[in-house]
Amino acid sequence: MQVPASFEYERAESVPHALELLERYGEDARLVAGGHSLIPMMKLRLAQPDALIDINGLAELSHLGVDGDTLVIGALVRHAALLADEVVGTYFPIFHEAERVIADPVVRNRGTVGGSLCQADPSEDLSAAFAAVRAEAVILGPGGSRTVPIREFHVGPYETVVEPGEILTELRVPIRPGAGSAYEKVERRVGDWPVAAAGAYLRLDGGVIAEAGIGLTAVGAEHFTAPDAEAYLIGKAAEEAVLREAARIAAESCEPQADQRGPVDYKRHLAGELTYRALSRAAERSGS
Amino acid sequence: MSTPMGFGRMHRKEDARFIRGRGSYVDDVNLPGMLYGAILRSPHAHARIVSIDTSAALAHPKVKAVITGETLAGLNLAWMPTLSADTQAVLATDKVRFQGQEVAFVVAEDRYSARDALELIDVEYEALDAVIDARKSLDEGAPIIRDDQEGRADNKIFDWGAGDKDATDAVFAQAEVTVAQDMLYPRVHPAPLETCGAVADFDKVTGKLTVWCPTQAPHAHRTLYALVAGLPEHKIRVISPDIGGGFGGKVGIYPGYVCAIVGSIVTGKPVKWMEDRSENLMSTAFARDYHMRGEVAATRDGRIQAIRVKVLADHGAFNGTAQPTKFPAGFFHVFTGSYDLRAAHCEVTGVYTNKAPGGVAYACSFRITEAVYLVERMIDVLADELGVDAAELRMKNLLRSEQFPYTSPTGWEYDSGDYQKTLQLAMDMAGYDALRREQAEKRERGELMGIGISFFTEAVGAGPRKHMDILGLGMADGAELRVHPTGKAVLRVSCQSQGQGHETTFAQIVGAELGISPDDVEVVHGDTDQTPFGLGTYGSRSTPVSGAATAMVARKVRERARQVAAAMLEASPEDLEWTVDEAGGSWTVAGTGAGKSIQEIALAAHSNLELPEGVEGHLDATCVYNPPNLTYPFGAYICVVDVDPGTGQVKVRRFIAVDDCGVRINPMIVEGQVHGGLADGVGMALMQLMAFDEDGNHLGASFMDYLLPTAMECPSWELGETVTPSPHHPIGAKGVGESATVGSPPAVVNAVLDALRPYGVRHADMPLTPAAVWRAIKGDPIRTDMAIT
Amino acid sequence: MRVSVTVNGQNYVREIEPRLLLVHFLRDELGLTGTHWGCDTSNCGVCVVQLDGVPVKSCTVLAVMADGHEVTTVEGLEKDGELDPVQQGFVQCHGLQCGFCTPGMLMTARWLLDRNPDPDEGEIREAISGQLCRCTGYENIVRSIRWAAEKEASV
Repeated sequence: MQVPASFEYERAESVPHALELLERYGEDARLVAGGHSLIPMMKLRLAQPDALIDINGLAELSHLGVDGDTLVIGALVRHAALLADEVVGTYFPIFHEAERVIADPVVRNRGTVGGSLCQADPSEDLSAAFAAVRAEAVILGPGGSRTVPIREFHVGPYETVVEPGEILTELRVPIRPGAGSAYEKVERRVGDWPVAAAGAYLRLDGGVIAEAGIGLTAVGAEHFTAPDAEAYLIGKAAEEAVLREAARIAAESCEPQADQRGPVDYKRHLAGELTYRALSRAAERSGS
Repeated sequence: MSTPMGFGRMHRKEDARFIRGRGSYVDDVNLPGMLYGAILRSPHAHARIVSIDTSAALAHPKVKAVITGETLAGLNLAWMPTLSADTQAVLATDKVRFQGQEVAFVVAEDRYSARDALELIDVEYEALDAVIDARKSLDEGAPIIRDDQEGRADNKIFDWGAGDKDATDAVFAQAEVTVAQDMLYPRVHPAPLETCGAVADFDKVTGKLTVWCPTQAPHAHRTLYALVAGLPEHKIRVISPDIGGGFGGKVGIYPGYVCAIVGSIVTGKPVKWMEDRSENLMSTAFARDYHMRGEVAATRDGRIQAIRVKVLADHGAFNGTAQPTKFPAGFFHVFTGSYDLRAAHCEVTGVYTNKAPGGVAYACSFRITEAVYLVERMIDVLADELGVDAAELRMKNLLRSEQFPYTSPTGWEYDSGDYQKTLQLAMDMAGYDALRREQAEKRERGELMGIGISFFTEAVGAGPRKHMDILGLGMADGAELRVHPTGKAVLRVSCQSQGQGHETTFAQIVGAELGISPDDVEVVHGDTDQTPFGLGTYGSRSTPVSGAATAMVARKVRERARQVAAAMLEASPEDLEWTVDEAGGSWTVAGTGAGKSIQEIALAAHSNLELPEGVEGHLDATCVYNPPNLTYPFGAYICVVDVDPGTGQVKVRRFIAVDDCGVRINPMIVEGQVHGGLADGVGMALMQLMAFDEDGNHLGASFMDYLLPTAMECPSWELGETVTPSPHHPIGAKGVGESATVGSPPAVVNAVLDALRPYGVRHADMPLTPAAVWRAIKGDPIRTDMAIT
Repeated sequence: MRVSVTVNGQNYVREIEPRLLLVHFLRDELGLTGTHWGCDTSNCGVCVVQLDGVPVKSCTVLAVMADGHEVTTVEGLEKDGELDPVQQGFVQCHGLQCGFCTPGMLMTARWLLDRNPDPDEGEIREAISGQLCRCTGYENIVRSIRWAAEKEASV
């Protein structure tokens, strides 16, 4: 069995302590929570951090609940907890549908929301889901906390705006009454990364679309979203032809890469098909 | 569930340890002072080794030895024979010939340090052009892979054929209808959940080498170690402990095993080496990789007359297939399947490529997977051409029960069968007509549903020895049975379970023959110092060969018991008859109530009872069983799928499997084996794949990329059975371990292609991933053995 | 570094390297070889143990992360000489063949039944979907877990 190279290990006792440890160890330290992205990479020696700072004990990052008109998800919330939460399911079925197809139940017991976002895998399901609902990421550093729109959070494959010395602490998602959302994924097998996946978020007002969010993953969509398609939807009725056209625009905006999950034309096709399906179900779920 | 006296459902004796975590697999073996090995592997598919610098690794404080090809060459161990009488590098000396090939072996105090030290070995390579696409392997100017072989000018390993070419061509020349189809059975890997590994312990004082290793063929390993390493065979003990799945991947000897042995000899300590998953997928035995072209000749009214096949067989960089010597393409020439034909012919060309060696593994019954896939796909292609129902076409052409024993156009003698009955049962269970009506209605609505059928005939249980050997070792199996004075028995067999439940079923065979409870029979296997010689467990041969040996040795013991009983009863042995009732077995004087139970006889056999001249005391026997023929299990499978035309996703809705494996010793275990093979079929048909890019990089080298089916992709299997005993097997049993793996892939593929019929798609290669299905619909199929670009 | 881990109710204190994986801690340090490993990428699930009552893949958890926590392995299922109903179920329904995936399956099955005493076939299949079995085609594993659920409901 593959085993990691040596590293120093520190257990953070609090968020300030974690910041202090990050500062002490510098750029070659990595935070570890669920570890389900990082530890396999360390075993394969694709990652060799000098130090791991374990934040699993930080209960203050595990909060999950509604704060006014905002759903707040602590970075250390496990996938399983997000999936099990009824309030999340009521307001944001997109999260439940995405979580149900992320890895498997045992991995979801351990893996965290923040870890998935910070890993910034270009095929990450949650990146698309959070992009669709226009979440905000709260990042804490030595100088205090800052809030970044999730659509500005990822700067490239495996890269985020979280600087060395900073910690992603929570995700904030605005709750808007009457909105509907859905997530659609094609995978080669249960538990696999997506061939392509799309999340949709729609709020109707007076029979027309007042707000639209589209999240796309694994298809080379910039910032995991499709702004032109979103813009197209605004002010239109959520009818099949409109949703199809938006899906077409979304697919056009993608730059998928061929790999063993599929060729470019297929992935682009899926981007459209899944966007359409997600939009349709989001529309059904949104009260007008 | 109570324990039957012989055959029938009973819980497995081996379960008690496994459910408690008390199994003993090779990585559970820990010896005092044991060291750990790790292998450095080639990142290149084809490269010349310029230099290897091990000094930094040797300087690591916990490293005890670093072994390279040069070290081994000094011991004349750098190359070893393969099971196909080729040679394979243990550690590369001249070139590396596939990505993942073994280059150096580190021995260290612990497994983490051994792994660390690999990073400290510096190998300079000079990259060479690689042969990755088998279809280009024989091109003019293709790089020569095996330049270690004197005089070699190309990459061809063999040309081989079977059947009557002229007769076949003559039928084709006059045929009313012919169809042809190219198809690939892609490279797959058996991927048992336990990887390969070994613990080698060489005792310098006694000269005894003990090797713990999860081998399906411990006796063959011992003999080969003796031949390879030149160690005296009586000083080699191979112990195959509990095995975490084999499926054919644990038949051969891998370089890591030899390295562990050399490591132990060099360091004087026990050495453990365990493969990681990537090593397993990249370097140990793959299966299939057959590029096939099938042709069928038939009459307009759907009578199949002849089949001919051309195969390009990708064997990787060393010809390491494990199959009977006479048959370089294994049993592929059973490709005429279950049908009544006038003529058949196949030509197989084996080639080297810059990929891992192997070819026969993964529950394939020596390439019958490929054969059954070919013929069952071709039947559907013909049905499509003729516009007839695929079940009807099969029913019309299946061999009839009165034709058995049947000699096939390629020379096989099928022992017994009642094929129509089996297919009809499967169709009845499936509700075939109703399914077709549902499909028609769905097609009207643009929904895609498919019904796929496969009818397979297997040929399992190799030998007979005069036709079948591996590296000269005839495929016959020994068995030894000893009944202790109190009537409890110990059976020793040469085959080795990897989950098949031999400790239970073989005890049931003894129980049935001797009229004792299987609970009173201990089965010893897997330790060459404690068991008789035999060729091992693969090719579904345990029950056909070792199971037969077990029945025969028990009958010998029973005959001895008759002699002893006669002495006890002061009767003539001829006047005794064998009876088994609820209390057990006994020899009884015919027509009287007088008799002796097997337990009484056992005690007497060890007592001071005076025995007639020529009758030995005690109650034991040995037997070597040389099977007179293979056994021919068969079955009819029906798969129902739904396909999403918008995404290409396939959902297996139902799978009906009717197997006929002759007499079932323990139906529970038979059904379990069928379940597992059906899941394999779904995996191969829909997701399992080892593709390579042009440089020879392995694109399926972890379980993230080499996908195995989970509980979510598998339907609840619907099983049925018919029983047509083998006429030549002592208990009428046939092998079943591989039936479902052999039979199920074409059923799934046929179902998917049946669903795609509205698009005019006649064929698409496995695995039918969503992308492959979608591309097939678009008329632009994906080539699944190469990187998708 | 020094860790203190409670495994199957017994406390163990060991000096270990931070990089030691929990599966190796259990197998090599404590000799609890019932927990297996089968891949490097947390896909196969033969290494599943319970960490504070929740199944995790022990090949992807550092042993130091279990410091101060409770681990339950297959060796801890049997209580006072009585097999756990999930263990009984696997025997009754032939839920294992080679036995390699069995410990992990048992640990997840136990967790499932603790949370959902009456799971249907689909719920069982989903619960074990991160764990591979190469022998059984899952059919009899599903039946085994159902058997255990029914057994527990009957007492």
